[in-house]
Amino acid sequence: MSKENKNFFADRDIQIILGTLLRVGVIASMTVVFIGGLVYLVFNHSEIVNYSQFDSVKSGFSKISDIFIGLGELKGSAIIQFGILLLIFTPIMRVVFSIFSFLIERDYLYVLIGAFVLCVILFSLSNKLVG
Amino acid sequence: MSVLLFTVIVLLGAFVAGLVGSLTGLGGGVIIIPLLTLVLGVDIHYAIGASIISVIATSSGSAAAYVKEGITNIRIGMFLEIATTVSAIIGAVVTVFINPSYIAIIFGIILLFSAAMMVRKKIDHSDNDTSGKLAVFFKLNGTYPTENGPKNYAVHNVIGGFLMMFVAGIISGLLGIGSGALKVIAMDNIMRIPFKVSTTTSNFMMGVTAAASAIVYLHRGQIDPGIAMPVALGVLTGATVGSKILVKTKTDKLKIIFAVVVAFLALQMIYNGVTGKL
Repeated sequence: MSKENKNFFADRDIQIILGTLLRVGVIASMTVVFIGGLVYLVFNHSEIVNYSQFDSVKSGFSKISDIFIGLGELKGSAIIQFGILLLIFTPIMRVVFSIFSFLIERDYLYVLIGAFVLCVILFSLSNKLVG
Repeated sequence: MSVLLFTVIVLLGAFVAGLVGSLTGLGGGVIIIPLLTLVLGVDIHYAIGASIISVIATSSGSAAAYVKEGITNIRIGMFLEIATTVSAIIGAVVTVFINPSYIAIIFGIILLFSAAMMVRKKIDHSDNDTSGKLAVFFKLNGTYPTENGPKNYAVHNVIGGFLMMFVAGIISGLLGIGSGALKVIAMDNIMRIPFKVSTTTSNFMMGVTAAASAIVYLHRGQIDPGIAMPVALGVLTGATVGSKILVKTKTDKLKIIFAVVVAFLALQMIYNGVTGKL
């Protein structure tokens, strides 16, 4: 009973921290999206939308560097996209924290598994897949 | 249609999608995509991009509530994420090369399947029999708290579950949904993990899987701020309200009504796909 139980409670603490982290990430990113949304509506509310045909360059913020440039110009759509970026990074942070917690538990097999998952995501982030 | 009107309509629709998605356990994505494409004429690639954002928001937002009950098996989650992240990225890379009509048809089929899974009576297959070598090696077996103290459970058929998760990831990346119904098959039926553990673990995994494909969508310009903003805000608000109602109400009858609605949406998607209207 003792060993498994101990693991269970150690995991539990970590999970509570992770859960809180996720919630904070979601609230923070959604606040940014909301503010960006307000700015966007104030300046762009009367524009005509047309999303009937997918156009890969239309959104204008498909590169992370472009989002930061737009952010400097206080563009509503750039602020929204920045919030979305924060939201995407929230679960990724969870993977990072999980790796640390496995490291503390000296569970090296899972440090490795976590690192692999993180590498897959980082590879996708490097923008080699879309071209 | 002006930006203001579009935003208001999508915001309301996304709220309903989030509410229904959380009450039925289907998730907001499967409802927001038909709404955007069928009702508002949005290209399905944009709808997919917006939907995946709502998946991240709802799964991460509700994970906090789930983990406090201490039943997420973080090892099962991380282990299966190997399969789901790789396959989600593959799905997300491939999706733009597929004719929107085909995507609509695949989407409709998954939607029908999800509706059927929703009304089906769930049977807990979990037990504590000796499980395979892989489950022991990867330390997947665990315990969860019950009224009579911690209960042990064993994980079965790790390879089968892993492969099913790979399929779930492909579908998730292809369609921009959480593909919870397929994850349930992998965890409840194949790996025979108890509900209490599988539901929360699946939810916990969904955020990471969705983030992996969201990055691909973002790079490709499928995430348009004008659509993603009302979708994310609406779905998250709806899901939050839904989870508050969920504690108080019995949802059995509600589920049957929604299953009919969802089946109708699914047939609409398939019809529009077949006739090439999407």
